[in-house]
Amino acid sequence: MDLNLNPQEAAFRKQVRDWLAHNRPVALHQRGVVDGKTWVQRAKDWQRKLYEAGYLALSWPKEYGGQALDPMSQAIVSEELMRANVPGVIGSNSISMLGPTLITWGTEEQKRRYLPKILTAEEIWCQGYSEPGAGSDLASLRTRAELQGDEFVVNGQKVWTSGAHIADMMFGLFRTNPDAPKHKGISYLLVDMKSPGITVRPLVQMNGEADFCEVFFENVRVPRANLVGELNEGWKVANTTMVHERNWLGASPQRLFDKLLERAHELRRGGVPLTSNQLYRHRLADMQIDVEAMRLHALRLLSNAIHKRQGGVENMVAKLVGTELHHRMALTAMDMLGDYGPLGRGEQSAFDRGVWSATWFGSIARMFGGGTSEIQKNVIAERGLGMPKSR
Amino acid sequence: MDFGLTEEQEQLKAGARDFLSNECPPSVVRKVMAEESGLAPDLYKKIAELGWTGMIIPEEFGGLGLGMLDLAILLEECGYAAMPGPFPFSSGIAASALKLGGSPEQCQRWLPGVAAGGLTGTVAIVEESDSLDPAEIALSAARDGNGFVLTGTKMFVPYAHAADFIVVAARSTPGPEGLDFFVVEGGANGLSARILRNVDQTRRVCEVKFDSVKVPEEARLVKSAGLLNKLIDAGAVVMAADCLGGSERALEMAVEYSKVREQFGRPIGSFQALQHLAAELIAGIEPARSLLWYAAYAQDAGLEDVSRAASMAKARLSAVYSRTADQSVLMHGGIGFTWEHDIHLWFKRARFDDPFFGDPVFHRERVATLSGY
Repeated sequence: MDLNLNPQEAAFRKQVRDWLAHNRPVALHQRGVVDGKTWVQRAKDWQRKLYEAGYLALSWPKEYGGQALDPMSQAIVSEELMRANVPGVIGSNSISMLGPTLITWGTEEQKRRYLPKILTAEEIWCQGYSEPGAGSDLASLRTRAELQGDEFVVNGQKVWTSGAHIADMMFGLFRTNPDAPKHKGISYLLVDMKSPGITVRPLVQMNGEADFCEVFFENVRVPRANLVGELNEGWKVANTTMVHERNWLGASPQRLFDKLLERAHELRRGGVPLTSNQLYRHRLADMQIDVEAMRLHALRLLSNAIHKRQGGVENMVAKLVGTELHHRMALTAMDMLGDYGPLGRGEQSAFDRGVWSATWFGSIARMFGGGTSEIQKNVIAERGLGMPKSR
Repeated sequence: MDFGLTEEQEQLKAGARDFLSNECPPSVVRKVMAEESGLAPDLYKKIAELGWTGMIIPEEFGGLGLGMLDLAILLEECGYAAMPGPFPFSSGIAASALKLGGSPEQCQRWLPGVAAGGLTGTVAIVEESDSLDPAEIALSAARDGNGFVLTGTKMFVPYAHAADFIVVAARSTPGPEGLDFFVVEGGANGLSARILRNVDQTRRVCEVKFDSVKVPEEARLVKSAGLLNKLIDAGAVVMAADCLGGSERALEMAVEYSKVREQFGRPIGSFQALQHLAAELIAGIEPARSLLWYAAYAQDAGLEDVSRAASMAKARLSAVYSRTADQSVLMHGGIGFTWEHDIHLWFKRARFDDPFFGDPVFHRERVATLSGY
């Protein structure tokens, strides 16, 4: 156990911190205030700026736009980004999920063709996994990709596809062999969203935004060269992505807790701040402990990665615990705010421009996105604790 | 940077697991439970030979000079085994009291004996009010020539009936700052200990009466100021480590049982009702382990947030152990309620550990205060 940074790491941290202090993006978080196109362009510009400064995907190989640095450097950058409270990058799903998958499974040509543009935000990706009949039971997906010569012909529908309406490309899972057992007939394909036969229909979410979409495929032609990994081996390929997704979704909740505590200091009931109200005081302290536990737990998982220790069940709990904690914090905020809680974005009497109701909605989405809490528990019980299969 | 155990620490842990599974299986625990003194002297001798009793005692006083993290790793294994006896209280908490509060002479007087295993000590803080608040410590230390006279009653003092010395918190002057700590010899005149009937029979705790016990000036720990806080930090880590090991064991027993017990024609562990419960329990245990490691490391490295880290670890692990032990009994159904099945050893021990050296409410309050709210 040694939590000190070596001089090199400390210098790097300072460098990142200084850069962030002078390069904050302009009002990027005003989503819904500026029009969609302007927001997307600003978000792309911000990602490009971060990339050019050398603060994206530090661990990727050099030949594909990375710097081949150790996970520690990436962790330092991530922590500084969070500390500076700058927005996330628009291509985060492709950086965290698709990139590592391509690095592991992609052909040389695929890596050279796609990885650099993921980093520069020249190409925005969406993830085509869920279907109307395939959610938690993802492997039962039915969108058909039939191999005809050197092309796949795709027919079917994806749903809950975040950002499909702004995406240039989709990485997704498709049924290439309907006769094989369900995990054995799936392939991982990269699809150009401008292909003829693709229709994207944004769905309006409970928060009023239209971020996730339905995507319809009608005789969409996808070159065989866009197959990642072997034909019908897509489930195995996707599992790399899902592991990365779980790590990504378990991001640190410290910033949200700090905001919550600040709010609790100011809000009063019966003349005293909520931090002095025994019920809220203890709820806050309880969550603070969990926030710190998640911070330390992330350090532990990072250390396992750096020092190449395998680890066990501790690797499986971050998504479950992190998202449930986020939800608990959001609910506490709503309780603390009382009648002010449900006030929406832009309402002038709302606290923090109405951001708290949005946080509450978002906390719900985190708990089911990328594998529901229930699915997480199945995985933890069966793979982590070795309990007998439930089916 | 490495937030993890060193190879030596991994070996220490594996070695302790191995040793205790041979030397301290539930059959041995039960034997000690049935004895009045609850001391397990043979086992104590063996752990002293392994160096456990001197783990955190500086080398100059005959110990190994290792840190709280090393001790926490051992204590986790002791919790896993539900090991009986004074080891955590003597070599963890009482040794810390001397290390943190004693002069070199005071350390020299007691610590080599503790390290070698020939002596055991304990710490007496709370009284009838069951409070760690310094304002509620009333046992009086009145000046008497060159020494003091101690009068009052301490509660929940582990293994005081067999201790060679007791480090006792006493009020020498009014007000929250007016506390001093004294080392009182086990056989002192006017000192009496009564073992409290406790459902956790893996432990012995006493009511200790100080009836005009005379102690010399040299018995007063020279660095008494602020010692209570530091002892709470040390005690919190010691107890949290036991909670961690106990939680692991209780859940492990429940999970193993769920693999072999069949109902409706399948092992009950294949039912999601139990799977999800077990998953929630391990999801509570693993992040809490990270809290414990950090709290112990903070003491070793002298970090600024040492008290907050200790309180976070104890607040969370008290609750984790109580819940895990509780639910693990339930996962066993009827068999878990029998005397014959071992699960009740951990179930009851969890309830001793939960409030000892501060319950979750106490430690959450401390976290809030130390965080400026």
